[in-house]
Amino acid sequence: MLLHGTWMTIQLSFLAMLFGLLLAIVCAWGKTAGPAPARWLINAYIEVIRNTPFLVQLFFFFFALPAVGVRWSPYTAALVAMVFNLGAYATEIVRAGIESIPKGQVEAGLALNLSRLDIFRFVILKPALKAIYPALTSQFILLMLASSVVSVISADDLTSVAANLQSETFRSFEIYIVITVIYLLLTLAFSYVFRLVFQWGLNYPDRR
Amino acid sequence: MRTFGYTDFWFILEAAQWTVMLSLIAFAGGGVVGLIVALSRTAESPLARTLSVGFIQLFRGTPLLLQLFLVFFGAPVIGLDVNPWAAAAVALTLNSGAFLGEIWRGCIEAIPRGQWEAAEALGLSYRHKMRDVVLPQALKIAVPPTVGYLVQIVKGTSLAAIIGFTELTRAGQIINNATFQPMLVFSVVAVVYFLLCWPLSLLASYMERRLALSLTR
Repeated sequence: MLLHGTWMTIQLSFLAMLFGLLLAIVCAWGKTAGPAPARWLINAYIEVIRNTPFLVQLFFFFFALPAVGVRWSPYTAALVAMVFNLGAYATEIVRAGIESIPKGQVEAGLALNLSRLDIFRFVILKPALKAIYPALTSQFILLMLASSVVSVISADDLTSVAANLQSETFRSFEIYIVITVIYLLLTLAFSYVFRLVFQWGLNYPDRR
Repeated sequence: MRTFGYTDFWFILEAAQWTVMLSLIAFAGGGVVGLIVALSRTAESPLARTLSVGFIQLFRGTPLLLQLFLVFFGAPVIGLDVNPWAAAAVALTLNSGAFLGEIWRGCIEAIPRGQWEAAEALGLSYRHKMRDVVLPQALKIAVPPTVGYLVQIVKGTSLAAIIGFTELTRAGQIINNATFQPMLVFSVVAVVYFLLCWPLSLLASYMERRLALSLTR
């Protein structure tokens, strides 16, 4: 049961990181290069998410949206809430990375006749991701820790396993100690994996 | 079932008071813990450094929700009778202590080495070195990120709803159970949180910009 819960937490966090990062890249692009209304919308989205608690966002996706006709399982609602939450935080991080790229790089890309998408992918995004990697991964880990909250809407994760075990054994304190230790190990494991990914994927020579 | 009315709205606003109160307690307590953590993290004694690193790792590496559960369910095990209010205050204090300690450690370490050496050359004791030389300078750069962290504290108090403390989020749940108008109720709750946090966010980024200006000058 504990293993299943751990796996669910890993899975949920990983999917949210993936989609959240994609959302953040799109929003960061829109915020740096998009038209004014798009920029305004993205700003509003970021401010709303960053200034309300994740728990309330979760309730919103799980209780409020079904009331106006969107029907989904606790798992999907949790995932969507996590994606939108991470998306807002990560947009600001990615935007900072994009703005750290000197203008000359983009002009060099234009001079080489790269398409706009290619310039964004190779000239802007890749070095930007390298620059913001530490900030991004610590946001990922915060997201993984925040995912413990999704047990409240009965989505299946490590903390909800703890609640189930507790209702069977009534040994709440011991169970929560074990679960807390598992989260601590998960944090360490995630930061180790992130370091490996960095060395393997982003560790190209940097001539700046 | 009844509809969402003026009294319900008032109930939510009254609960927001507890959110503010809990945030203030967590910030005051977390400030004291954070200062101790930051000082021992930058101290010369290896024991103090190891202990504070362990403390920071433990509280930043585990979910706040689990810390709340541990305090709430753990206190009875050691014989203390604890209500959700006290459990939330203790857990939030320890949690924000770890985060603030880590933020302030960075600020203390940002003070140029020469300042420390000058204080030592003047024969100042540790207490005077910290109180009169390092900390006042660190305070200046510490204010913007600390205000920014206040937003995290306010949002963190929402988790106290899960152990049954009636603050803003819990009030929203209660009203929602009575009226079953989740869209309206949770929008109101979100707006109240937004109104609490947004000014703090704006203030933090304003102070950050001003500090950046004063450092480049």
